[in-house]
Amino acid sequence: MFQNKYEIIKKKMLSYDTVDFTVKSKEISNAAAAGQFVHISAPGFFLRRPISICEINKAEGTLRIVFQVRGKGTDALSKLTEGKALDILGPLGNGFTVDKSFNSVILVGGGIGTPPMLELAKEYKAQARVITGFKTKSLSILSDDFNNAGAKLFECTDDGTIGRKGFVTDELREQIKIKKPDMVFACGPVVMLKGVKKICEENKVMCEISLEERMACGVGACLGCAVKLDKGQGEFYGHVCKDGPVFSSEEVVF
Amino acid sequence: MAKLGVNFLGVDFKNPIVTASGAYGYGREYESLYPLSRLGGISTKGTTIKVKDGNPPPRIAETPMGMLNSVGLQNGGIDKFLSYELPNLITKDIRIIANIAGSTVEECALLAERLNGTKVDMIELNISCPNVKQGGAAFGTDAKIAGEVTRAVRDASSLPFMVKLSPNVTSITEIAKSVEANGADAVSLINTLLGMRIDVNTRRPVLKNNVGGLSGPAVFPIAVRMVWQVSNAVNIPVCGMGGISSGEDAVEMMMAGASLLQVGAAIFNDAYAPVKIIDEMNEWCDKNGVSDINEIIGSVKPW
Repeated sequence: MFQNKYEIIKKKMLSYDTVDFTVKSKEISNAAAAGQFVHISAPGFFLRRPISICEINKAEGTLRIVFQVRGKGTDALSKLTEGKALDILGPLGNGFTVDKSFNSVILVGGGIGTPPMLELAKEYKAQARVITGFKTKSLSILSDDFNNAGAKLFECTDDGTIGRKGFVTDELREQIKIKKPDMVFACGPVVMLKGVKKICEENKVMCEISLEERMACGVGACLGCAVKLDKGQGEFYGHVCKDGPVFSSEEVVF
Repeated sequence: MAKLGVNFLGVDFKNPIVTASGAYGYGREYESLYPLSRLGGISTKGTTIKVKDGNPPPRIAETPMGMLNSVGLQNGGIDKFLSYELPNLITKDIRIIANIAGSTVEECALLAERLNGTKVDMIELNISCPNVKQGGAAFGTDAKIAGEVTRAVRDASSLPFMVKLSPNVTSITEIAKSVEANGADAVSLINTLLGMRIDVNTRRPVLKNNVGGLSGPAVFPIAVRMVWQVSNAVNIPVCGMGGISSGEDAVEMMMAGASLLQVGAAIFNDAYAPVKIIDEMNEWCDKNGVSDINEIIGSVKPW
């Protein structure tokens, strides 16, 4: 874990409200794994913003962070430009399982839950089927990146402007039917994660989901980002920052 | 290099900066950034008799220059503290303040008793948590009950102890005087201020607990005022906290009358905050010809 100011070396807008930063940080990229997150200070705001890591380039010592402008804090972050410094604490939390013995995995990303799936797709390459879902074509992000990672991409939109018209869960049911995967990974809105969890349970497929929650310290000290878990011995509150953000779906109590 | 060491209740602290209860866990998470031995002390997460699961999420809401929390004293209980956390902490060359929180007077006394004979340096009795229904704030907002619980802990404990006061009262000096009269060795203040945020889109409070405790730089002026008032009202030492986030803040709080300090929410903004504050205090002393930090305690010259 490191905390420092790191330079934004590249900035792109992926949609009208989705920002794509590439940040120079040898130490964080070296230590980071798919599914982990970083805690970023937004200029003028007290609490940091937890943002998942989209891509790690250990050779270049860079980190890619893709986030949506959701409130005033992320809006302030989105105004930073190339050459400016980002105050980052990370890498934090536990990432997704990367098991090279898996023959087939399915990655499901809903909306701004899609970015953390990219680094995982790079790990699983052709073994990965990636299902992404967006409201409409103009909000769709990262499709070229998933294709370049060697994964097979299945896009869904609510209005059918690209890919399948419908939800990622519809596509997930079909893909599991075509070939049962060793594991499913998902990140997105809670309603989507609930659906993915249910489908995986019905089909007896292992599943990991990445959660978010309002967070303060980001490291497991303050116990702010509680999430209800059950590992078979009754319900209790775990914490997204330290026990997650990636959880086995069967232990999460929605 | 000024002398930053302070003696508080007979315990030597290498500097006045203690991490505040609840903001820093037991220090484990921050050790990869800097050794805990840099700090004066740690006030450990509020410990209850039994495991406490805390409040439902969301537990955190941001505010202008601060935050609300409603964690609700989630902790592993006194047994885990003694068997798992304390043995680790005593190897870290840091003063250990055990923060305890009972839901009854008897529980507070029992917690204090369990700490007798341990390597804990000091007790901080939490009678002011705004996030739990039993005990907590109910103890801290009534001078008579605050006195009773203080007396019970005094009788049960062989350790130095301070009582952590709630700012959510009409007169904090009245509570401070009551705990002083009932055997408290010191007081620490302020705990968080009860607050609320509402999401105007959903018309729901941001916190699932509806209300929570406000901390961070936003509360600093209130904390300074209360530390000053309490310092003038009692003859026991005051441990000051509430929004300290720079070396100058720390100096200001000491001028108001605090002889020991706690830093909490600032850590969420900057994980290095406690050590930066120590460095900045040192710089301030050097720049201002102060050779010993003890010189500034209570040195405010009121109009």
